[in-house]
Amino acid sequence: MHSSPFDLYHTGISPVHGLDARVKLVLALAFVLCVSLTPVGAWPVYLLLLAVTLSAAELAELGLGLVLRRSLLALPFALAALPLLVTLPGPTFASLRIGRFLISISGPGMERFVSIVFRSWLSVQMAILLTATTPLPDLLVAFGALRLPRLLVAILALMWRYLAVLIDEALRMMRARDARSGCVEGRGGGSLRWRASVTGAMAGSLFLRGFERSERIHSAMLSRGYDGTIRSLSRQPPDSRSWRLMVLGLAVLAGLLLLGYRLG
Amino acid sequence: MTDRDCLAIQIEGLRFAYPDGQVALRDISLCVGPGEHVAIVGPNGAGKSTLMLHLNGILTGQQGVVRVGDVEVTAANLRLVRARVGIVFQNPDDQLFSPTVFDDVAYGPIYMGLSEPEVRERVSLALRQVDMESYAPRTSHHLSLGEKKRISVATVLAMDPQVLILDEPSAGLDPRARRKLIVLLQQLRQTMLVSTHDLRLVQELCSRTVVLDQGGIVADGLTSVLLADEQLLRAHGLEPI
Ligand SMILES: Nc1ncnc2c1ncn2[C@@H]1O[C@H](COP(=O)(O)OP(=O)(O)OP(=O)(O)O)[C@@H](O)[C@H]1O
Ligand SMILES: [Mg+2]
Repeated sequence: MHSSPFDLYHTGISPVHGLDARVKLVLALAFVLCVSLTPVGAWPVYLLLLAVTLSAAELAELGLGLVLRRSLLALPFALAALPLLVTLPGPTFASLRIGRFLISISGPGMERFVSIVFRSWLSVQMAILLTATTPLPDLLVAFGALRLPRLLVAILALMWRYLAVLIDEALRMMRARDARSGCVEGRGGGSLRWRASVTGAMAGSLFLRGFERSERIHSAMLSRGYDGTIRSLSRQPPDSRSWRLMVLGLAVLAGLLLLGYRLG
Repeated sequence: MTDRDCLAIQIEGLRFAYPDGQVALRDISLCVGPGEHVAIVGPNGAGKSTLMLHLNGILTGQQGVVRVGDVEVTAANLRLVRARVGIVFQNPDDQLFSPTVFDDVAYGPIYMGLSEPEVRERVSLALRQVDMESYAPRTSHHLSLGEKKRISVATVLAMDPQVLILDEPSAGLDPRARRKLIVLLQQLRQTMLVSTHDLRLVQELCSRTVVLDQGGIVADGLTSVLLADEQLLRAHGLEPI
């Protein structure tokens, strides 16, 4: 029972997996920045950016399926951009008749909508690549190296560790309930009301357990000297190869962005 | 048991009740000399874990005094006490709170203010002692119970404390890991307090045994004598071996 929905890391040995986590984090952030700064409708640049994510996925031996499946996550966010379709003025691109209403979709609206959806999809792909090829502990170190406040990094680390423990605990409780909910043929397993109250009690008990555990963890931290400040070992700076790769990556992204503005 | 050596640990008239009113310890007095290995045995709910948490001030009694070496366990001395006393908790999920095994074992040494090479040295030594060297980059929540338990022991060994407090160290270990743990603990020179239900471990590791029941000490003496006293053991939820 060691499953966790936070285990996004996909074990493997590839050039992408081997890259320094700090370099990967910087490049991924730069990629997302570049994607969001690229002007609307710069289609050739979008395709080049897509080529970047797809070839990185290929290089990481992740399989396109994994990346595409996980990137469906971006879809619900696209809904936020939906109103653009009808609110932007411009020549009509298409019109829909729903009952008595005629909805006309403008050309610029369509262009902007598709741009936004495509770009968020690209950004999500990059986030997936990053988390699938970098173990979270390394990523946390990278956050620290990028001067994210240590307290925040420590909170993320504890959250990652204990959400898994809490989920395990919830699963164990549900398993214990299921194991004892046999039912004699012909007789149902208690009234709905009773079952609801059992579930409610389980949720409460999970909360209490989580609360008490947090106290015990605090004790464990205290007994190993925790004094309210967050300390960690300093890490070696990235080697020269990592530096070169990072500079190269940033240059490529800057080039793509420039191209976007020439075209857009 | 009168003029015992109290140089390592001294507990006098300790009483503790949990906030919900449950009295867990009543009038505990105990002396432990340097380098002594003492077993604390007793039925579930006897107060063993509660007693152990008093030794580095995580819990503090409503009455009584606890001293570690020449330092009294009070709010003002906590840092000093915690550098001296290492506790392995009963549940390893409480003990291992960092993203990786390395980070967890390094935690204590980092907070002791050691330099980076020293920290790395300590971590690799501690992991070697529990035979888990290859686990340094692993994630704690992917380990089995026994593996977590061994790492928990390493987190404390890395701090090289004067007093080691172990709460059920052998629970959940397979026979080989348990054997290795016993051998490892036998070699350690530190003062040691071990709470356990594993009487065979007691027999091999501790020359002295304290029987705790319902929050009080009911017997304190040589392990060889106490473990031979069937009546005493049965009266306090233990099974003679
Ligand atoms: N957080 C708490 N709040 C209230 N009561 C508690 C708490 N923790 C323990 N107790 C109670 O204090 C008493 C002593 O508990 P303790 O955990 O010290 O027992 P133990 O000897 O370690 O038992 P075991 O062998 O099961 O580990 C028990 O009656 C227990 O129910
Ligand atoms: Mg206990």
